[in-house]
Amino acid sequence: MKTYDIIIIGGGPAGLSAAVCAKKSGTDSILILERDKELGGILNQCIHNGFGLHTFKEELTGPEYAERFIEQVKELRIEYKLHTMVMDISSDKVVTAMNSTDGLFELKAGAIILAMGCRERSRGALNIPGYRPAGIFSAGTAQRLVNMEGCLPGRKVVILGSGDIGLIMARRMTLEGAQVQVVAELMPYSGGLKRNIVQCLDDYGIPLKLSHTVVDIRGKERVEGITLAQVDEKGRPIPGTEEAYECDTLLLSVGLIPENELSSGMGVELSRVTSGPVVNESLETNIEGVFACGNVLHVHDLVDFVSEEAAAAGRNAARYVQTAGMRQAAGCTVEIRAVDGVRYTVPSRINVERMEDIQTLRFRVGGVYKNCFVSVYLDEERILHRKRPVMAPGEMEEVKLKREELLQYPDLQTITVKLEEV
Amino acid sequence: MMTVGKRELICIGCPMGCPVMVEMDGGEIVSVSGNTCPRGDAYARKEVTNPTRIVTSTVKAEGGLVEMISVKTKEDIPKDKIFDCVRALKGITVKAPVHIGDVILADVAGTGVDVVATRNA
Repeated sequence: MKTYDIIIIGGGPAGLSAAVCAKKSGTDSILILERDKELGGILNQCIHNGFGLHTFKEELTGPEYAERFIEQVKELRIEYKLHTMVMDISSDKVVTAMNSTDGLFELKAGAIILAMGCRERSRGALNIPGYRPAGIFSAGTAQRLVNMEGCLPGRKVVILGSGDIGLIMARRMTLEGAQVQVVAELMPYSGGLKRNIVQCLDDYGIPLKLSHTVVDIRGKERVEGITLAQVDEKGRPIPGTEEAYECDTLLLSVGLIPENELSSGMGVELSRVTSGPVVNESLETNIEGVFACGNVLHVHDLVDFVSEEAAAAGRNAARYVQTAGMRQAAGCTVEIRAVDGVRYTVPSRINVERMEDIQTLRFRVGGVYKNCFVSVYLDEERILHRKRPVMAPGEMEEVKLKREELLQYPDLQTITVKLEEV
Repeated sequence: MMTVGKRELICIGCPMGCPVMVEMDGGEIVSVSGNTCPRGDAYARKEVTNPTRIVTSTVKAEGGLVEMISVKTKEDIPKDKIFDCVRALKGITVKAPVHIGDVILADVAGTGVDVVATRNA
């Protein structure tokens, strides 16, 4: 069986950045497995600008951002296989994959980096009554059809869900000549970035109806119309608020789910909140030598942060294979509690001995909070208390922990991250 | 565009989306506040006088592995030229090979700005 030091599952932004950083950290034997016909992942269909301000200090489109990393992968002569679907990963790191030239094959890895990304929630997850007519697409499917295949999926459009892809597609379909009538959002706040509300909806006069949902889809062969209704604070439609729209297309932008079938198949512990693996400071899962990064770990808003996180996973995987068999068991692992409005943190446990000098904790909040404080406690002692004018579930937050500071608490039991009003 | 009063904007310069307030008097910008970086100041001043956007779209491709080539205006163009820009790109087919940065359409819609490829093919 052919063996690699590191096998990376997925050649999107996370996989590419992890590969580049692992190679630069001194590990040569690396393989990226990608199911699509090219590297770059979802960035290839994200033709809008706004990527890379953190990483490259300039504003790039998705394909341009991907190309920066693809160039590095090629320059560093990192091996990759396209059109290759990973079928299974065993807990002892044997990867079973297939493609049309090699057939079914097995590879052995010293370390594995999970970088499979996420997929969109579909209509099936939403409980909307009505027939199953043509014309209902996830926003990302519509994005692929328009931007990569050159097809416009419809002319009169309603969008359910105000996630970023839905907002971006409202603008894109408008530019391509479709009439986007309304974006409806179940929650009382948008799930997307504020800048996208401004430049994708406001610029084109597309209304955003918060606390609204689709209660009926009409049409048997093709969508003929939908009905929106306002919802109460529990998300239940309010009778008498129904409004009918004529449309041939309904786009759904109702959330992303990390794609973890391979991870759970190999016994990786998953978080109920993020649907991604539970990881420690090294972005290592409960299985030693198996790391996770990018949207398979938790859904990000910004690719820049995916690249940064994946670089850490690549660096840690390289260190793991280079020191195999002599890992330091020193130091114990401290659990991080996410409470009082903080839904989760990534990572969710930290070994202080092994952490880098500065550890970023990323998290999301459970509602809209104004003028609240983000606080970090080491056991009972508050070490961070930072005011944030606005926090919303659609925008990822972060705090940074300093290793030096944590080392001063040798008996540390728990780290708590929470929101406080004062 | 506007002569007197305050205008509240959301900066689109980066994903932070800072709320920015512009005070105007007689067509003059009196003050910009709320921005957390110089981009926000520049965005706000432009947005109340001559709002501009980068436009991204696609054109058909021939002879490569892909059907479509993604493109963008090399710089931001006036907001009221967005639809002219997209219309001007309709019907254009480019032949592979194409490289990032290749000019696909020069001086789009009389803006003086070129439309360039954003992917290789």
